[in-house]
Amino acid sequence: MNNRFFSGPEPDPAGDAGHEDAPPRAGFFTDTSVCIGCKACEVACKEWNALPEDGLSLTGMSYDNTAGLGASTWRHVAFIEQAVPAGRTELPLVEPDPGPADGTGMRWLMSSDVCKHCTHAACLDVCPTGSLFRTEFGTVVVQEDICNGCGYCVPACPYGVIEQRPTDGRVFKCTMCYDRLGAGQEPACAKACPTESIQFGPLDELRERAALRVDQLHTAGVTEARLYGHDPDDGVGGDGAFFLLLDEPEVYGLPPDPVVTTRDLPAMWAHAGVAALSLAAGAALSFALPALTRRSGRT
Amino acid sequence: MSPRTTRNGKGREEFVSYYGRPVIKAPSWSAQDIAGYFFLGGLAGAGSVLAAGAQLTGRDTTATALKMSSLAAVGLSAAALVHDLGRPSRFAHMLRVFKPTSPMSMGSWLLSAYGPAAGTAAFTAVTGRMPRTGAAATTAAGLLGTGLATYTAVLAADTAVPAWHGAHRELPYLFAASATAAAAGMALVAAPLRENAPARCASALAAVADFAASRAVERRLGSVAVTYREGKAGTLMRAARGLTAAGAAAALLLGHRSRPAAAGAGLALLAGSACTRFGVFAAGIASAEDPVHTIAPQREAARQRAEHTPDAERAAHTQDAGHAERSERSR
Repeated sequence: MNNRFFSGPEPDPAGDAGHEDAPPRAGFFTDTSVCIGCKACEVACKEWNALPEDGLSLTGMSYDNTAGLGASTWRHVAFIEQAVPAGRTELPLVEPDPGPADGTGMRWLMSSDVCKHCTHAACLDVCPTGSLFRTEFGTVVVQEDICNGCGYCVPACPYGVIEQRPTDGRVFKCTMCYDRLGAGQEPACAKACPTESIQFGPLDELRERAALRVDQLHTAGVTEARLYGHDPDDGVGGDGAFFLLLDEPEVYGLPPDPVVTTRDLPAMWAHAGVAALSLAAGAALSFALPALTRRSGRT
Repeated sequence: MSPRTTRNGKGREEFVSYYGRPVIKAPSWSAQDIAGYFFLGGLAGAGSVLAAGAQLTGRDTTATALKMSSLAAVGLSAAALVHDLGRPSRFAHMLRVFKPTSPMSMGSWLLSAYGPAAGTAAFTAVTGRMPRTGAAATTAAGLLGTGLATYTAVLAADTAVPAWHGAHRELPYLFAASATAAAAGMALVAAPLRENAPARCASALAAVADFAASRAVERRLGSVAVTYREGKAGTLMRAARGLTAAGAAAALLLGHRSRPAAAGAGLALLAGSACTRFGVFAAGIASAEDPVHTIAPQREAARQRAEHTPDAERAAHTQDAGHAERSERSR
């Protein structure tokens, strides 16, 4: 098995999964610099996918009472209130705001999180039933008639996306609206987004568009703008859903340097093999030593 | 330091997270089912290895006892695994595919080969029928048993759980040692004194290997190793060390003289092995639930990579400096 099988750049995940004449890989580019935190994506996702209610409590986490992605939450808008110490970044979209006279102030960070549809998807790799599969669009989807609720994909995901629904036992996550994609429609969240913070399209195009947007923001002085999950050389071979962030990934609850766990699987199997041989050798030694000492005791 | 950076309660290191929420999701597996399976699978697998050895060297009482315990352990294992499924009625879906990238798929196939072999070995040993089939089944169970005792380490390590994945090189050795300790313990409980020399020897080897592998795990994990030392996992790992050391010492010093001492040593080794598995399981859960254990090692990995490729990463690191600059409007 070559290295590309487990990690590293993979230009055609759908083709690699056996799809012939696959359409271009579909993706999301979530530009958090224009997110207004309206949660239309959350609502549209819940409505379209008929996801059940999963908690109506207040978290105390700013305007975020959704708390995180899960079995019944496939889009999650994060809200971060930041005190900006000296000077604040103004995005070129809004009217100038003089801010407090002492130069201190607050800023909002809002970001709509979603399943990353990894190029090398750990959930898919470890699924023992074949329930998780790679679609012709290069996305990762759970077949609910196959899933037996073993829960292995849950800790395998480096982003904490997929989850078991307690009342059901099976796992659920974003399908990138596989049903809508099949009908030539864009996913519900992207359709509902009023600011085009969520952009849907062929991944190659989105990557180009995102690179231009970062340049634009840097030119405008928003030097902290950076892309996340766009790089085919990263630990998961690049995400099908990637982001433009205005701070470090962990501020948004994202892992700073995620790695597909199966990258190390060949090494794990090798060590397990050596450990199995050691076990056999230890057992053989345990039977040989008493025989030897008995023999030497007799002579 | 910018105000979003928080110091965690124990003052370990500074890190940023989203309201302290975990980055990854901890497995929803129940400890009783899955840590229990790690223990029982080890007991069954290593037990079959020792049973094969005992049969080869004419220690028939030990061989039969270990075959019985392996069959019981693998039966309970299968029950625990099915019980832990979200949809137990769909357990047969495990055998829809043969998938080397999924340790759980490999384990399902391993179990479905090992189970009948262990069953046949036990059945022929008890009934005395079909000795040649019994010998073949004993050999097969012994060979497959080495895999059953160690693959569960890969099952745990092939996740994003920091305390497991971070120790993916060392965990198989810890599991092999712990399985051997359990099987040697079972042999000490079941075997007559005249047959228990190999079990005493195995328990000593297993205890030494267990300590060495535990230390290797903690050394590898660095800051994440704290999950093996604190809380529930810390208590279990300390209990495991004490029980394994006491069991091995009693087996070595008294196991050939006193039947009660041998049985007590065996029970201590069994309990020690169970504590190790439940301790590793608890450490994994603790490491998944605290975002610092996900973020800090990844930051460190990124930093080390940046040192190797300074030009590419320098741009990323200057972004924080730009944070403080007042931006100009572009229009």
